Amino acid sequence: MIAYNTAVVLAGASLLGASTGLVGSFAVLRRRALLGDALAHAAFPGVCLAFLCLDRRNLPAMLVGALMTGIVGVSLLIGLRRATRVKEDAAIGVVLSVFFGAGLALSRMIQNRSSAGSRAGLDSYIFGSAATMRLAELWLIAGVAAACLAIVLVLYKEFKLVAFDAGFARVQGWPAGRLDLLLMGLIAITVVIGLPAVGAVLIAAMLILPAAAARFWTDRLGVMLVVSAALGATSAAAGTLLSAQYDGLPTGPTIVLVGAAAFLCSALFALRRGALSRSVRQLRFRRRLEEQRLLRTLYEAAEAGRQASGGPQPSPLAPLHRVTHQPANAGRSPALQHAPRPAALRRAVRAGWLTVEPGGYGLSEQGLSRAAHVVRGYRLWRLFLSECADQVGAFGELDVEAVDERLPPGVVSALEARLLAEGRLPATEGERPRVRPS
Amino acid sequence: MNDFDFAAVDWGQAFWTIAAAALSSVSCALLGCYLVLRRMSLLGDAISHAILPGIAVAFWFGGTTAALPMFLGAVAVGLLTAALTETLHRAGNVPEDAAMGVVFTSLFALGVVMIARLSAGRIDLDPDCVLYGRIEHVLLETRTVLGREIPLAMFPLGTTLLATALFIGACWKELKIASFDPALATAMGLSAGVVHYLLMGMVAVASVAAFDSVGSVIVVAMLIVPAAAAHLLADRLGPMLAWAAGIAFLSAVLGYLGAVYFNTVVAGMMAIVVGLEFTLAVLLAPRHGLVSRAWHRLDLALRIVSEDIIARLYRAEEGRAEEGRAEESHLAGPSIGQPAGSGGFTAWLGLRRLLRRGDVKRAPDRSLRLTEQGRLAAQSLVRSHRLWEAYLGEHFDLPLDHLHEPAERVEHFIGPQLQERLASELARPGVDPHGKEIPPSDHKS
Repeated sequence: MIAYNTAVVLAGASLLGASTGLVGSFAVLRRRALLGDALAHAAFPGVCLAFLCLDRRNLPAMLVGALMTGIVGVSLLIGLRRATRVKEDAAIGVVLSVFFGAGLALSRMIQNRSSAGSRAGLDSYIFGSAATMRLAELWLIAGVAAACLAIVLVLYKEFKLVAFDAGFARVQGWPAGRLDLLLMGLIAITVVIGLPAVGAVLIAAMLILPAAAARFWTDRLGVMLVVSAALGATSAAAGTLLSAQYDGLPTGPTIVLVGAAAFLCSALFALRRGALSRSVRQLRFRRRLEEQRLLRTLYEAAEAGRQASGGPQPSPLAPLHRVTHQPANAGRSPALQHAPRPAALRRAVRAGWLTVEPGGYGLSEQGLSRAAHVVRGYRLWRLFLSECADQVGAFGELDVEAVDERLPPGVVSALEARLLAEGRLPATEGERPRVRPS
Repeated sequence: MNDFDFAAVDWGQAFWTIAAAALSSVSCALLGCYLVLRRMSLLGDAISHAILPGIAVAFWFGGTTAALPMFLGAVAVGLLTAALTETLHRAGNVPEDAAMGVVFTSLFALGVVMIARLSAGRIDLDPDCVLYGRIEHVLLETRTVLGREIPLAMFPLGTTLLATALFIGACWKELKIASFDPALATAMGLSAGVVHYLLMGMVAVASVAAFDSVGSVIVVAMLIVPAAAAHLLADRLGPMLAWAAGIAFLSAVLGYLGAVYFNTVVAGMMAIVVGLEFTLAVLLAPRHGLVSRAWHRLDLALRIVSEDIIARLYRAEEGRAEEGRAEESHLAGPSIGQPAGSGGFTAWLGLRRLLRRGDVKRAPDRSLRLTEQGRLAAQSLVRSHRLWEAYLGEHFDLPLDHLHEPAERVEHFIGPQLQERLASELARPGVDPHGKEIPPSDHKS
């Protein structure tokens, strides 16, 4: 049975994490991640000012104060960027450090002036103290979270448009500026209600970490929002529990650390965009290229050997697969100057493309057929690119075994005719051999 | 606070505190110039946050912040931040700002948690100190050098400033090229990457050195704000560095005095002071300040409006001269009131300026007349206008009634040289496309 207080704190932190995760996704996609940081820092003096005015701790007033100075800070930032030669990065840095420094000075002034009873109040806005969360605060967070969710649901399509292509949104007649402002407003409100629990220094991390982590898992906005909100909620809950469990663990940093761990796991192990799966994919790609080059090398060596022996020009290729790959051959043929790595040769034998011959390797039936395809694709691409060099940009991937899918059939047959006339078109009868997917 | 007495300040302590704050601020500000110029100021922010775990580890082992291993560890963490950000951005496809945000908030959080756990039973380090340092304690540990007591903290701070100055002096050319044109630097065989990481290493050193005395807030402020203000004040690198150093120094002095006066932390007060200095720079910088830019815009508007007025008077004179050659050329005041495309107030100001300069004078019946000087100026302006119309008519396929408006805009920006070139290009035309006479240039008349 969880204690009542812990339940309140847990619920509040999770809801806060969910809403920062949700709103933070847009901040990250709009490249506004550090603007959130500036906003959070600029909100801190507002808390102190509100305290100074009322001379007592009053949560709503402090949050309103925080929202005010936060908005002032962000407006100054935008004004600096627009009206002076101060660039965006410097503007963020200026607003962030000056406002936060002012907040520190104010809070210390208040501490040194009034009785010790009030001093704990302001410091908790720096690193956060979720453990003191009251029911009223929970309701506030829940309300803001619900409002954020509702707004995002209602304006999902519009936000999506603005997040990915604001210029297009404007051209389409959407009020892109106002939508952007609304997004900024959502970010500002979430940051401000998070101040008491997480603190000004690190609340920005709650915007960035779940969203950046979720981005690794998906390419779709809807999924990203859900994943980000879920990650935000879980890491906030876990961080709060940990900080309640161990003495002297400030809540904000602990939540951020849990979020950082989640981010690290996502960055490493996410299914398609994670570092692990990317490097596996890269390795496969490199092996495939190596295999193709090996096959091409052997094929071209065989071709050269055949021409040297003076066979009839359009000769049947049957004897080719007996040709072996020997160091002696390597010297003669320029194609063999890059000697294949032994590991690549062994893999090709295992895959059935090569056969081990006395004194070297030969192409198997299947290997010969694939090699012919590889060489054909390679020569078609080379010819195409030497003819139409300006078209390179139109083709993202020049896979030699996908030339028929990439180029229009008419172009392929024209290129083939030219290769045939030069006697350089490999005979590729029948099906292309199946290659394991990479 | 009103009964504050400056005589009660312990000036010995004040001197050393200000010295510590100034040394750390100036080294940060000098390095910050390069960060701001390269638009990497937030990387400086990130590094100064991210060194925290390194400092915590050093505390763990040595319990002191003055040790060399800590410097090396912090530099390593600083470089790691830069490298991690770049890796996440390049290899992980994370947007650059988000990558930076992820790296430095995570490392900072790690540092805060480590320090919070470490300092559970100790008083010499706690998370708040991380933010605003312990500059008040600068006199607690001293060492006697040449018969004077010098605070221990001065040694790392002084060394850092010296090292920063040496670094900038030694790599002046390289840093300059790499800051303004990294591609050119690379093309010249100078690795912009090496310079980048050297700079980041120095930023980390300066952050670590400044950290203990003034805390992370002031490190960030001093890295970015003086440099951003100096960038508004200077257009050359040398003066920019000097301005940044001066601004940082001033904020250390005023920040300390302000903190004593308002009874608050030095770091926060320094941030406020440097923010005020930055505001002054934004407003009053000679070329890039808001006030000077507004003044230049107003000046231009007045020049255009007054030129429009005299051109109008000149045309009126022309018209009268054609109608009845004997009549006096004058124009009633009110009809001047609204020259084309300008408000009444600027027109009034423009008229004041013309009267003051003696281009226009009031006749006894309150109407306006051109003086000889004003007539010459107006003649040159009308010459520009009609030459431009002739040029447009000659070289652009525009209908006759479309020539006036562009000429009305351009006439204010055609000087004698351009007039001369236009005239010779058009084989010295006598009239414009509307058949109006193009007045001769001044020196002939």
